[in-house]
Order: sequence, then C-alpha cells, then structure tokens
Amino acid sequence: MERKKTKIKQPTSDRVFDVVNWIILTFAMLVVLYPLVYILSCSFSAPRAVTAGRVWLYPVEFSTYGYETVLGFSNIWRGYGNSLLYMVVGTAIGVVTTVAAAYPLSRKELRGRKAFNVIFFFTMLFNGGIVPTYLLIQNLNIYDTMWAIVLPGSVSAWNIIVMRTFFEGNIPVDLYEAAELDGCGDFGILFRIVLPLSGAILAVISLFFAVWLWNSYYSALMYLASDDKYPLQIILRQILIMNDTSNKMFSDIDALVRKQGVKDVLKFVLIVVSSLPLLVAYPFVQKYFVKGVMVGSVKG
Amino acid sequence: MAMGKTREKQVQRRRHGLWQDVLAHWQLYVILLLPLVLVAVFNYAPMYGIIIGFKDFSPKKGIMGSDWVGLKYFIQFFSSSKSLNIIGNTLILSLYSLVASIPVPIILAIALNEMNNRVFKKSVQMVTYAPYFISTVVIVSMLIQFTDSRLGIINKLTGLFGIPAVNYMGKAEWFRHLYVWSGVWQSAGYGAVIYMAALTGIPFELYEAAKIDGASKWRKIWSIDLPMILPTVSIMLILNLGQVMNIGFEKVYLMQNAANAQVSEVVSTYVYKIGLVKMNMSFSTAINLFNSVVNLVLVAAVNAISKRLSDTGLF
Repeated sequence: MERKKTKIKQPTSDRVFDVVNWIILTFAMLVVLYPLVYILSCSFSAPRAVTAGRVWLYPVEFSTYGYETVLGFSNIWRGYGNSLLYMVVGTAIGVVTTVAAAYPLSRKELRGRKAFNVIFFFTMLFNGGIVPTYLLIQNLNIYDTMWAIVLPGSVSAWNIIVMRTFFEGNIPVDLYEAAELDGCGDFGILFRIVLPLSGAILAVISLFFAVWLWNSYYSALMYLASDDKYPLQIILRQILIMNDTSNKMFSDIDALVRKQGVKDVLKFVLIVVSSLPLLVAYPFVQKYFVKGVMVGSVKG
Repeated sequence: MAMGKTREKQVQRRRHGLWQDVLAHWQLYVILLLPLVLVAVFNYAPMYGIIIGFKDFSPKKGIMGSDWVGLKYFIQFFSSSKSLNIIGNTLILSLYSLVASIPVPIILAIALNEMNNRVFKKSVQMVTYAPYFISTVVIVSMLIQFTDSRLGIINKLTGLFGIPAVNYMGKAEWFRHLYVWSGVWQSAGYGAVIYMAALTGIPFELYEAAKIDGASKWRKIWSIDLPMILPTVSIMLILNLGQVMNIGFEKVYLMQNAANAQVSEVVSTYVYKIGLVKMNMSFSTAINLFNSVVNLVLVAAVNAISKRLSDTGLF
C-alpha cells in the first residue's frame, strides 16, 4: 500500500530528476577523487612504471621505494618539523588572540564596542601592503625568526567575527547576569562559563589557523632567509615547482634524482607525504569545519 | 530579588557616566589589550609605512628621513605600458574566477540537498570538500604533473582520442583556464557548504505548499530553492567583488613562468617583484596603495548597490 502510494506520487519528471541528480553527484565525486587516487597510486608504483606512464588508476608494480627514499631526506623532515612548530605555536597564539578579542566584543557591557569592532573589521578592507609590512618585520627585529611567521596573521578579523557571533548566539545573557550576582568578574566568566561552553567553536578556530599555517608559504617567502628555518611548503615549492634540486641544501636529493631517474615518483610521494596530515585528520574534524563555515556565513 | 538588582544596576548605569561603566568592567578592557596591541603593531603600523610611496625611500635614511617626491611613483606607474597590462590581467583573472566559481557550488549544494541516500550524500560531501585542505603549492604542482606533455594524465587521456599532446603550462592562452578551473575544483565543496546552510534554513511550509500544488522537483528548485538562497549568493558576490583587485598572490606566483608572463602578471606579484626582489620599495608601495584604494572603493560601492537593490549588505 505504502509503496503504491509513493509510486503514484512520483511523476516521470521527478524520476528523471533523481537519475540526473545521481549522475551529477557521481560525476562530481569522480572528478575530485580521481586525481587524488591517481597521485596515491603513482606514489606507490615502481619508478620505471611511473616514468613510462603506465599508471592509470591503481599502483603498477607496487613499491614503497619512493617513500623509503623520501624518508632519508633530512631537509624534508626538517621542513616538516618547522611547519609543525609554526603550526602549533601560531595556532595557540591565534586562538588566544581571537578569544581575547571576540569575548569582550560579544559583551554588551563593553563601552565603545562599535569603535573596537570597526578597528578589527577595517583590517579586512585595507592593509599596509607588502613592503611596509616587510619593513616593519625588519624594524621589529623578527625577520628570519619564527615570530615573523606566527605573529602577523594572529589577528584575523574573520575568525573574530565567527567567534563573536558564536558567543552572542550561544551563551545566554542570563548566565552573565547570574555570574555577576555571584560576584564573578569578567575573567571568571570567561574561564568558568564562556570557554567551557565553547568547545566546538574553539575547535573550529584552531582548525582554521592550523590549516592556514600548515598550507601557506607566503610569509616564509617574505620573512625567512635561512634554509634551516624553511617550512615544508617552501621546500616543496623548490622541488616540485621550481624543479630545482641543485641548491646545496638538496645535495643528497640531487645526486639521487640524477642517478636513478626517480624524480617523477618522488614528486608524487612528496605530494602525498605533505598533504597527509591534513587529509587524514580531515574526516574527523569535518563536522567542526562545516559548523564554522555556517556560523561565519550567518553573519559575514 | 534578582530582577530588582538588575534594574537597580541599569538605573545606576544611566546615572553614572562612562568611567563607572569602564571601571565596573575593567577586566574586559584588559582582555582586549592583547589583540589591540597585535592589531596596532601588525595591521596598523604598516599603514604608516605607506608614506614611503610618496618618498624616495632609502633604508639608510629610514621612513622619516627619506625625501618626499610626491606623486612621482604613481605617475611612473601609469605612464608605463606595463600598468594597463597588469591591471587588465588582474581584472580578467578575478572576474573570470568569480563568474566560474558561483554556479558550481550552487548546483552541488542543490544536488546534495535533494539526495535521499544519506550514505552517498555524506560521501560526496566529504570527498568534494577534501581538496580545500590541500596547499596551494601542492595544487599547483598537481597541475604541473597532470598537464605534463609527456606523462600528464590529461594528455594521456586526450591521447586516447587521438588528440595531440599539449604543454598546457607552457601556453599563455591556457593559464587563465587552468588557474580558474583548478580553483573551482578545489573550492566547490567548500562553497557548497555555505549554500547548503542557506538551503536548510528554508521554511518547511514552502515545500508543503508546493507539494499540494503538485509542483515537480525541478519546479521546487526553480521557484523555492534558488530565490531563497539569493541573499547568500549576493553576499558571496559582494565579498568576492570587493576582492577583485586582490587576487591571491600565492597561486598566481607559483603558476608563473616565462611563457605565460604576458597574461599572468597581476598587481600583487608585480608589487612583490618590484619591492622585494628588485628592492625598489617606494615604487612598489605606491602601486600597492593604488590597488588597496581601488579595492576599498569597490567594496563600498558594491555594498551600497547591494543594499539598495536587495537590502543585504555587509556593513
């Protein structure tokens, strides 16, 4: 009976729609998935299979040779370590700064709220530009240090807006009033009421900062000069895009690439190794990310 | 009791002035101090450095000590043949990007929204969102790998149909398409999330009414979904139009090579090369300032227009 009913209700055009819909989504999924699978398969194939162009979908002559080789490159691991360090320190500073801005801005009791909001929001519309910022970094004596990477981006107006919107929408004003009556100061309210209720948004903002710090190479390109401080992305750029392994910091890689013709497979391995931390963590954090984008889109 | 106290407080607030309010909540201002210091140092202090765009900056003399030259560098930029080329490249690349990146996420969001199979829906969403987490360096090196004329998967696939191999990265006419469509590939899933949020906010009664009227699914999308997500679309449009002159440095810079220089040089990459590679800092700052001002005017204009037309604005 039930089935018959739905069958009657489903006109032909709707059935066509469903078929089209399946086709669209399958297509979208394949278009995104295929390049990723292809890279993974190449990275696990024998170098000569990759160089001969015999890989299409799955690994040909399965081999972990590329991975074993990359394991031996000290520069890549140092870059990995640097990226990790910048990511952790930068995320910590960024999250503390974002909370410290968003919490007061979410409180109606703050006098001059509008002016403070404008101060942060304006940075989204206008900035000093590349050279003045570079000069500032030099004048502060933090050029070629970690601080040049982690400090300049720590105030992100967008993240502040997202977090402020969350505080305003999710923490009842009654709680503030009750806490005040109990003699709780604004510090106390922040640590004992607001933060314990804000796990989700703290996760979201940490993720925003972490992904951004791990993936960007801009500040490293501008503000770092020594090889041993370079994050992974700069090293990847030199090997993958500039195709330049002749620099003395890559002497071990260069010798190998010339000798055994494994360059092609190494590039695929590097792509996998460098993207792996985020892509592995991603399914677990996806719902927080989606939440963050939604909170932000409610009140851009 | 509680009510009484709150009211008492409100009365007090009205009676006493600003300072009583500030004193009562001094801790809020202490907390705000850290971000204020950081924003002052890293966002506002560089704005002061903009004056070197009007000076002949030399590191020895410093920002204050350098000599004023007025609009010399602005005139130099606009009288050079390069300026038109660069501004044109910037506009074409970002407008193309803007137009191409609007429909795909919307189609994806609507398709996901209409999908009844939850497992499939979740998988598609997860897969299409994933490229968002891949770094620009990796995206561009993927482009280089895939378009390689000997080994690239694109040439291997088109080769199956007898199409001769093309060195896409080495052809100026392909630069914009590669830039824009790799961007769509990377961010469509992310963009779809925003539109899906808007779609879930549509009141259920609308669909009920449509059902009673016997509307087909196509009709529901056309007459309910699309009009209801229009405000979100216009907000995204404002956000992106305001960034038209601000096209990202990272990806363009990575994709540049000798073959595509004529179409790939945009304002941000030019500013970087002039300022920090050729070390002509004043010239670079002047171009940068011109660009920032144009951007600011654009944001304000688009925002005003949107407010008048649809009542949705950013500020």
